[in-house]
Amino acid sequence: MNQPIYIIDGARTPFLKARNAPGPFAASDLATAAGSALLARQRFAPDQLDEVILGCAAPSPDEVNIGRVVALRMGCGIEVPGWTVMRNCASGMQAIDSAIANIERGRSQLVLAGGVDALSRAPLLYSDPMVRWFAGWMGARSLGEKLAMIRRFKLGYLAPVIGIMKGLTDPIVGQLMGQTAENLAFEFGITRDDMDAFAVESHRRVAAAQDAGHFGEIVPLIDKDGTVYGADDGLRRDASMAGLAKLKPFFDKKYGRVTPANSSQITDGAAWLILASEDAVQRHGLEPIGRIVDTEWAGLEPERMGLGPVHAASPILLRNGLERDDIDLWEINEAFAAQVIACLRAWQNDDYCRTRLGLPGALGAIDPAKLNVDGGAVALGHPVGASGARIVLHLLHALRRTGGKRGIASICIGGGLGGAMLVEAL
Amino acid sequence: MNLTHWKLERDADGIAWATLDVADSTTNTLGAAVMTELGLLLDELDRQPPTALVIRSGKAAGFIAGANIEEFTAIDSAAAARVLVERGWNLFNRLAAVAYPTLALVRGHCMGGGFELALACRYRIAVDEPGTRMALPEVMLGIYPAWGGMLRLPQLIGPAAALDLMLTGKGVDARKAKRLGLADEAVPARVMDNAARMLVLSGREPRRLPFMQKLMNGPLSGIVAGKARKQVATKARPEHYPAPYAIIDIWANHGGNALAVPASSPSSLEAIFRSPTAKNLIRVFFLQERMKGFGKGSDFSPKRVHVVGAGVMGGDIATECALRGMIVTLQDQSVERIAPAIARAGKRIERKFRGKSREARFALDRLIPDPAGAGVAQADLIIEAIFENLDAKRALFADIEKRARPDAVLASNTSSLRIADIATALADPSRLVGIHFFNPVAVLPLVEVVKSAVSADEPFRKAAAFVRKLDKLPLPVQDEPGFLVNAVLGPYMYEALRCVDEGIAPETIDAALVAYGMPMGPVELMDTVGLDIAVAAGKTLAGANAVLPKALADRVAAGQLGKKSGQGFYAWVDGRAKKGTASAPPAGLAERIAAPLLAAARRCVEKGVVEDADLADAGVIFGTGFPPFTGGPMNLSRAGTAG
Repeated sequence: MNQPIYIIDGARTPFLKARNAPGPFAASDLATAAGSALLARQRFAPDQLDEVILGCAAPSPDEVNIGRVVALRMGCGIEVPGWTVMRNCASGMQAIDSAIANIERGRSQLVLAGGVDALSRAPLLYSDPMVRWFAGWMGARSLGEKLAMIRRFKLGYLAPVIGIMKGLTDPIVGQLMGQTAENLAFEFGITRDDMDAFAVESHRRVAAAQDAGHFGEIVPLIDKDGTVYGADDGLRRDASMAGLAKLKPFFDKKYGRVTPANSSQITDGAAWLILASEDAVQRHGLEPIGRIVDTEWAGLEPERMGLGPVHAASPILLRNGLERDDIDLWEINEAFAAQVIACLRAWQNDDYCRTRLGLPGALGAIDPAKLNVDGGAVALGHPVGASGARIVLHLLHALRRTGGKRGIASICIGGGLGGAMLVEAL
Repeated sequence: MNLTHWKLERDADGIAWATLDVADSTTNTLGAAVMTELGLLLDELDRQPPTALVIRSGKAAGFIAGANIEEFTAIDSAAAARVLVERGWNLFNRLAAVAYPTLALVRGHCMGGGFELALACRYRIAVDEPGTRMALPEVMLGIYPAWGGMLRLPQLIGPAAALDLMLTGKGVDARKAKRLGLADEAVPARVMDNAARMLVLSGREPRRLPFMQKLMNGPLSGIVAGKARKQVATKARPEHYPAPYAIIDIWANHGGNALAVPASSPSSLEAIFRSPTAKNLIRVFFLQERMKGFGKGSDFSPKRVHVVGAGVMGGDIATECALRGMIVTLQDQSVERIAPAIARAGKRIERKFRGKSREARFALDRLIPDPAGAGVAQADLIIEAIFENLDAKRALFADIEKRARPDAVLASNTSSLRIADIATALADPSRLVGIHFFNPVAVLPLVEVVKSAVSADEPFRKAAAFVRKLDKLPLPVQDEPGFLVNAVLGPYMYEALRCVDEGIAPETIDAALVAYGMPMGPVELMDTVGLDIAVAAGKTLAGANAVLPKALADRVAAGQLGKKSGQGFYAWVDGRAKKGTASAPPAGLAERIAAPLLAAARRCVEKGVVEDADLADAGVIFGTGFPPFTGGPMNLSRAGTAG
């Protein structure tokens, strides 16, 4: 890295669980609200940003290039470029990395980067036969032709395609994300109880963190009817092994182990960070909360995508000459409990570490007290585009709170990718 | 052709383009010289008829703002008024009768006489952009659109819609104009010239009224007029405001021609000229322009405003700022306290941008809840609107001063405390000014801008400029308790309560003052403001030893605080006062209750709270709704002593 990349501040919305209907805010509403509140507390004006980069996996059709839409809505002015990046579940982390790249090239000094998704607003789509029928109907001119088209119509055409199921299906291997988690459970011998216990602990940690006020990065939202959304609302304080045991496997029906309760929730949310060069820090008198030391992206088999974090984080350790215990806190995004457990087991597997990760031997067990200290996406939800930015931001807050120095935030990515960032608290 | 105000060009198609660009003025008005030149221009076109005529404006500000009001303040006789009306009536009739097709290309404001000029054309195109507004505001000046408006508008869009525009003076934008049939097309500026050329040469039949509308404009006009009269009667009395009644009469009975009305009729030019209403309303119009001028002392244009206190006042002030494009951080002790203000803002913004959901969303985007008060550091202007407690305000400003930019304007919305007393908390007391809004902020146009004995000039000028950015009227006032508006309202409301103590029913009192011309009776007003606030304000304004009217003290003691508690002098159901029937008021009741207001206004002028008597009139009219036809309390006092 040529020059230090500073994180000045960050904020996110509460993560709002999708409840089988469009949520109260569109993706651009979420990003605008959190970003406006974040910018309002800075020493520089929004139009002094060099660019705004927003990760989003599924913007709605009226939010094309949502990064630009949101930059304008936040009052950054017409001259601040805004753009959008997409790397599925790591879109928010990609936005940060794109900001880093432009700062390193000297093209930008001060960047607002983050991620957003409003999965509750994922569209219902017409099926292909319905679209073909509709095209025929539009082309039918005479009454006779129209009658013929009506005779050809089948009720089944009306069955919608659920957009989010398409998004959560790997286009290469045709497996649902939850099925890739089942693959890892099979490979590493992870039981349903292992997963449920992990999920219960995630809820417990989020509850404790909420009670202790450890989510200071949240900016409350108010909708136009005056309803306040102050906290992540997917948390189940009553989560228990007995309760979780009642859920049925969702992805591999009947015989699988992965249930909705030991998977991340489908959620709406946005998260932002402000990145600055040394020069910008001096010029505006900024007080950084941390810096990003290194980033890595890795590829692996799409059907094992949940191991992305170990494939991305291991090269960072090697490159920076760090041992396991040099890392004070870890964030591994909880797409699925099974997938995080698989990551931990892979690092304890000497053979896997040597042959697949290029490590000299097993990294060893990561202390549970250092991993996802305030819970994760199983309890908070996983608004796909936002999660990568959320874990980087929260990791910095957690490091500063606990007096830690170094942390790694990593995330698995649908399609067979992993992303990781090494950060230092200041 | 050598014209000063008009430019006439002919293009290859033989279309004559007449561009009005009044010399030595930023806006186009139809003064005598401009009208004479229009006559000459038509003469020229008679000699060499064009294929068509397009009339447009050469001003960035708009099409035509209307007649030249200075000219008709100079009218000194009914005969002179007749000459002025004849000139416009005849000229526009001539324009309407030319053989070649004519078109008015309306971009920006198109008011009064300008509107009537457009009506005399065969076609109208309204350019679809926010500044385009067409209105006949004559009625607001106590006069009527006598240059053909009363004749042509009902013929064009039907009498119901026409009377609505003429009787309220309200404006329509380009799309509404198209919907009403007032404009043949509403087009974006980028195609306006092309549209004008194509339409004026199209040979398209001018718009015709549907059969039913035609009947209403002819044989059934009596019924329509009766209905309109009834509607007007709920808003204005003929003895206070003769013009709306005259408009209905001239349309229904005189073919829209004011010149045809016999001098003995109350609708005649002579009668309107004799009535003091028009004179008073025109004077008030000029006072309004004078107040607008107070905003010109500074080019201050705040981008970021921070408002402390998300109660009704603070929240509504923040909303008005967001509506006008400013980014506003709204602070209160918790996000829950800010939420109701956001809900109210949501409703106000939706009303303002009806059907324009994008603009509405962007306005709401600009209103940022800020429980931590982080917005102070970036703000160009900080307005405090917390509860009326001197120590709390002092502590707040002491903290704000430390965190605000050195060039930020610091302002309090206090209604009863002195700015100088609050300013003692500042290291630099000269920074603090008062910017005092009235409730409901969205409705009341007046804002008192308060300069304390120690206030510096610059923040004061900036405050007035900011008020103009909200399209409100800044009134400079001195730092005396109650400033102008509350200082005159207090004694008036207290007198009303003394009448209640004497056994007169609130209904009777309120009815008497509404008949006097007030928009709302004093007892209902007190219920609306809140009785606890009235007590607190009364103590501050009248001194701690002043005797509270018993009717007020009893109710406050019983927790009956008015509208907000559901019970005050009236029971309040669904935001409305439940009133019994009013009985006939004792003779002189309204005058008795208004007398302390008039006296207080005189005291304010004597003490120099406002610069002069004219501004006292304007302030009381725009701040309290005091009947404009009277010309204001000082004008009324003068008329009273003179008569």
